[in-house]
Amino acid sequence: MNIIVCVKQVLDPDIPPAKFKVDSASKQVVPPEGIPPVINPYDAQAVELALRLKEKQGGKITVLTVGSDGADKAVKYAISMGADDGFVLSDEVFEGSDSFSMAYILSKAVEKIGEYDLVLCGRQAADWDEGLVGSIIAESLGTSLVTLAEDAEVVDEGLKVKRVTLDGYQAFIVPTPAVVTVSNEVGQARLPSGLGIISAARRQIPVWKAADTGIDPSLVGSAAARRKLFALSVPARERKCEIIEGETPAEAATKLAERLREAGAI
Amino acid sequence: MAENKGILICGEVVDGKLAAITAELLGAGKKLSAELEQPLGALLIGKDIEEVAQETIGLGADRAYTIDGPAFLDSLPDLYVALIAAACEKLQPSVVILGQTDMGRDVAPRLAAKLKTTAVLDCVGLEIDPETRALLQTRPVYGGNATAVWVTESQPQIATLRPRSVMAAESDTSRTGEIEPLPIVVEDSAIKGKLVETVKTEVEGIKLEDAKVIVAGGGGIGGPEGFEKLRELASLLGGTVGVTRVPCDEGWLPLTMEIGQTGRIVGPDLYIAVGISGAPQHMAGCSGSKCIVTINKDPDANLFKESNFGIVGDYKQVMPAFIEKCRELLSS
Ligand SMILES: Cc1cc2nc3c(=O)[nH]c(=O)nc-3n(C[C@H](O)[C@H](O)[C@H](O)COP(=O)(O)OP(=O)(O)OC[C@H]3O[C@@H](n4cnc5c(N)ncnc54)[C@H](O)[C@@H]3O)c2cc1C
Repeated sequence: MNIIVCVKQVLDPDIPPAKFKVDSASKQVVPPEGIPPVINPYDAQAVELALRLKEKQGGKITVLTVGSDGADKAVKYAISMGADDGFVLSDEVFEGSDSFSMAYILSKAVEKIGEYDLVLCGRQAADWDEGLVGSIIAESLGTSLVTLAEDAEVVDEGLKVKRVTLDGYQAFIVPTPAVVTVSNEVGQARLPSGLGIISAARRQIPVWKAADTGIDPSLVGSAAARRKLFALSVPARERKCEIIEGETPAEAATKLAERLREAGAI
Repeated sequence: MAENKGILICGEVVDGKLAAITAELLGAGKKLSAELEQPLGALLIGKDIEEVAQETIGLGADRAYTIDGPAFLDSLPDLYVALIAAACEKLQPSVVILGQTDMGRDVAPRLAAKLKTTAVLDCVGLEIDPETRALLQTRPVYGGNATAVWVTESQPQIATLRPRSVMAAESDTSRTGEIEPLPIVVEDSAIKGKLVETVKTEVEGIKLEDAKVIVAGGGGIGGPEGFEKLRELASLLGGTVGVTRVPCDEGWLPLTMEIGQTGRIVGPDLYIAVGISGAPQHMAGCSGSKCIVTINKDPDANLFKESNFGIVGDYKQVMPAFIEKCRELLSS
């Protein structure tokens, strides 16, 4: 089974909220110093699902990422988890692309790779949380699609995929090639092995430019974007917190109950 | 090309009734329709839905459109994508709003692709820019760390609306409007695959989304046993228990109880957070609570900043006396 996994590098979502800053004037997030970006956690879980499928079926896992300097790190991370191969899609003309252009760039790379049964993407990227790219890749490739997968297995007619719903799940059987977006219900992604890290570090990740995959430059970049950022801010969530103290934890607890009663909260 | 016009909301019918999100979509739609001075349409897919379609008129739709089809959870999403895309092609609306639900989050991206436009998912605010007349779509980004307002530069402007983020429209049964069935035939080739099963896990007791009181536990609880105390408090206060990501990752409790960006979005009157640090991805799901109480042994825990009341201490020492006093106060 040939699996292609699309990954992205994001600002580490685990940074303490106090470190998160935006520049509202330029509508940009100010990356905190000294904290390196990480592979989008949902994408790492997509790699995880790919590895589980490969362990059962055999096959090959190829990783794709769109990005500029340092983007190969996300590919290398996936390789250190156990993926076989990867490519970075990078070109000046990609700058400012929206999810539709990203999906187009990725679809062209998928087509260039040619032989594939399954394309996996994370359900959303932990930076802009848009949740669009995977679905649009399916649309542009004309394949079947299941979103928010918590599990997938190979069956006679194709792929059986469980989709997380608010109150349970749905199971679908879809023909391959298919695109599947992966939800966190898949479970934690494995950590790279020591050996994996060493061999990934040695790898040169090939870079494909727009022309290498036959991309029409007029369909990518900020000029092609179908949406624009109008404003970006940090939400005001702070409240005035009344800290309840006491000689003992029990005393504080008793006072808290009384205060909540006074405030009409209980 | 004719200009796109009007607002179309894609309502939902569950078990033959209008799902709660529909009245919220109509609430949002009514406001936009007034701001844009364009009509509001409601699209419903289901079997024998004339009566529920009539309800959408009472809730503010100028016209209701019905499509004969199965419930979303009883079909392949491909069908809904094809049906709604065909309806949009026929009606040429300027704004399309779906719920950020099982249906909307799956359908909206592909609907956008088919209509050669884009979609902004999980919006918590929708309004019309008085200057440009564009739809301003406000949504949390970066796991709740930031709020973005997006403008769509293609037509139609498609958004999904997070449940319970706007007031539901109120019904006025004296309103009148037409119900128009849309005969749409979907080619077999548009449906790729089949539905094998839909499994609904019944929740015991109160649903988190409906709870007035939630006692939530995080990594600080330390294991499944610790949640006994939280359950005791929750049942005393007539509420229910929720969790952060950590207890799910640890296997103490199921992911169906997770509150946050990728879990449930809740808005109780009282949110008691025990052993929770207050990560933005968690707060994204509970910051709408009226009163937040934090019990955490770390005085620097972020959650204190976003709480109304707090105790710095070990929950094991705080909870017994707190439960005792609550019981006493509630029985007096
Ligand atoms: C992409 C992404 C999506 C995510 N989505 C979600 C989501 O939807 N929901 C969610 O909850 N998380 C989500 N997370 C995880 C989130 O970032 C945090 O890691 C998580 O919320 C932390 O949970 P916690 O506060 O329970 O645990 P911790 O951060 O481990 O905090 C435990 C707290 O308990 C306190 N404590 C320890 N012992 C005691 C004691 N005996 N008494 C009192 N206090 C004690 C500690 O001081 C600490 O503050 C997501 C993460 C990512 C990357």
